[in-house]
Amino acid sequence: MAIERVGSKVFKFYVPLAAYLAFLLFPFYWMVNTVFKSNSELYNMDLNPFYVHSPTIGNIVVLFTETIFLKWMANTFIVALSATLISLVFSLLAAYAIQRLQFKTSGPTGVAIFLGYLVPQTILFIPLAHIIFKIRLWDSLWALILTYPTFLIPFCTWLLMGYFKSIPKEMEECAMIDGASRIKIFRKIILPLCMPGVLSAGIFCFTLSWNEYLYALAFISSTAKKTVPIGLVTELVRGDVYHWGALMAGALCASVPVALVYSFFVEHYVAGMTGALKE
Amino acid sequence: MAEVRLENVCKQFDEVVAVDNFNLNIKDKEFVVLVGPSGCGKTTTLRMIAGLESISSGDVFIGDNLINKLPAKDRNIAMVFQNYALYPHMTVFDNMAFSLEMRKRPKDEIKQRVQEAAEILGIEYLLSRKPKQLSGGQRQRVAVGRAIVRKPEVFLFDEPLSNLDAKLRVQTRLELKKLHERLATTAVYVTHDQIEAMTMGDRIVVMRDGLIQQIGSPLELYDTPANKFVAGFIGSPAMNFFDADVIRGGDVISLQSGEVRIDLPAKISQLLADYQPQQIAVGLRPEDLVVATEHAPGQTIQGTVEVVEPVGNETYVALNAVSFSLIVAVGRKTLIKTRSNLVIAPSMENLHLFDFESGKAIR
Repeated sequence: MAIERVGSKVFKFYVPLAAYLAFLLFPFYWMVNTVFKSNSELYNMDLNPFYVHSPTIGNIVVLFTETIFLKWMANTFIVALSATLISLVFSLLAAYAIQRLQFKTSGPTGVAIFLGYLVPQTILFIPLAHIIFKIRLWDSLWALILTYPTFLIPFCTWLLMGYFKSIPKEMEECAMIDGASRIKIFRKIILPLCMPGVLSAGIFCFTLSWNEYLYALAFISSTAKKTVPIGLVTELVRGDVYHWGALMAGALCASVPVALVYSFFVEHYVAGMTGALKE
Repeated sequence: MAEVRLENVCKQFDEVVAVDNFNLNIKDKEFVVLVGPSGCGKTTTLRMIAGLESISSGDVFIGDNLINKLPAKDRNIAMVFQNYALYPHMTVFDNMAFSLEMRKRPKDEIKQRVQEAAEILGIEYLLSRKPKQLSGGQRQRVAVGRAIVRKPEVFLFDEPLSNLDAKLRVQTRLELKKLHERLATTAVYVTHDQIEAMTMGDRIVVMRDGLIQQIGSPLELYDTPANKFVAGFIGSPAMNFFDADVIRGGDVISLQSGEVRIDLPAKISQLLADYQPQQIAVGLRPEDLVVATEHAPGQTIQGTVEVVEPVGNETYVALNAVSFSLIVAVGRKTLIKTRSNLVIAPSMENLHLFDFESGKAIR
């Protein structure tokens, strides 16, 4: 019977899990695989494509010498970090106000912010481009730092609202009686308690900004100011020639920081998403 | 020195009147308990004193100061919440020190006062722990410690024992009472548990639907309830009620309910001299019913035993007297069996009579 149970667990759990993992990880495998292939091997249909026959780092050398990849990385990092910080500050204050300061329009405000999130980027970038142009931020990193929060703040606000809800009101009331002001309560009680929520919101913002494509494509034109996703696609696809090796090398290098961020904070991320405040 | 006065205090939430015309004068060092079923407005009243809820109309004074508009932090009160509301990310020490830190007291003083409070409650060994490492009882102590560390003028307790198990609750009840004797500070305590109210309060305020039903010492409420609600709420098991017809035959007035007749003694008959209605509500506490050997019409009630409930120190018998049923407390050891016949004699001195319409006590 025990064997039966182990067997059923293998088939009901591990086999589907393995299949799903293989499905998810295959693109990464393909990416790494391509990075270390020379062009001649890549285009040789006679060779087994799942295996690297003569590994080379030529593609990585091309990426770092023939493009300003490091500059793009720096740009992306600056933009992602700034947009994340700005979004977090605004979302925290907005979420707290909507959830805890009982003003008349708190409900509608929450809904309005949510509706803002529903407007697709593909529509929003047209008026945004107009505004960016008017305030002379065209082709500047500021154009991205200031527009990313338009889609980051709504999501973060809602995520944090859910999180604030899980913090007992009595805790704040007690702090109020203890002599703390709203700001102090926010800083000393609320903020430390909702750190998992803030972290997951932060990670979410960071990865979204890191991978953002449309605004970066629309608002940035000079090579030196591009972010990684745009830089790779515009500089390594020349005409109809795809520099697959270098493209994949760029994608690999760009995904490493995000993967690192996730792996460090994965526990908080899960806790934040499920809104669980453990006493 | 801090007496608390509430004058014509009302609280409205939109259309709902939560507290209606509340008048109470709490003396310095007094322990007052607000008790009532859930939704009776007791917690709302407490929160208005605390400054967590605005006052719709009326005045609240602490000492001689009108505090209607004073923010909670300036009222010099401390409150213990039902769920304790400990700050989970801080140690017990930091939890207790928080209010002093907010008031910018010097470090030495904070340390000394936290230490003092911890000693009083016997929680010195917990000071470096986080709330999640504490048991329910320990958390409760920390919550109390956090309140006493500041030496406030008034303590407010919002059902502080209801999250504890039954045994711990009895024990903590005692400790809180002792603590109050020791600190000699005015305290307002909210509970829905009438036993807690009876055992702890110097005075008890019974509330229902936002209205004060009666204010009095525990035994006043027990012996002379102002109305049927208070009579039924205070005491466990609850008072037995039945409706009866008032039969006037010369000097003697009798109460008749179905087959059961009770002839009232002259003293009580006098009370009913001015009572007009045909019907009346009668209240008898289970402990005021004595088992009799023989049925004497007019003096005793006869019925069938439906259930026998031994609770250890006493046994409760559910008696069916056809037109109504009664719970009778029959002492510790009893031979009474289910479905047997039982005759009981109500103690006439402790008979409670209430107006049939309004439920007001007739005295």
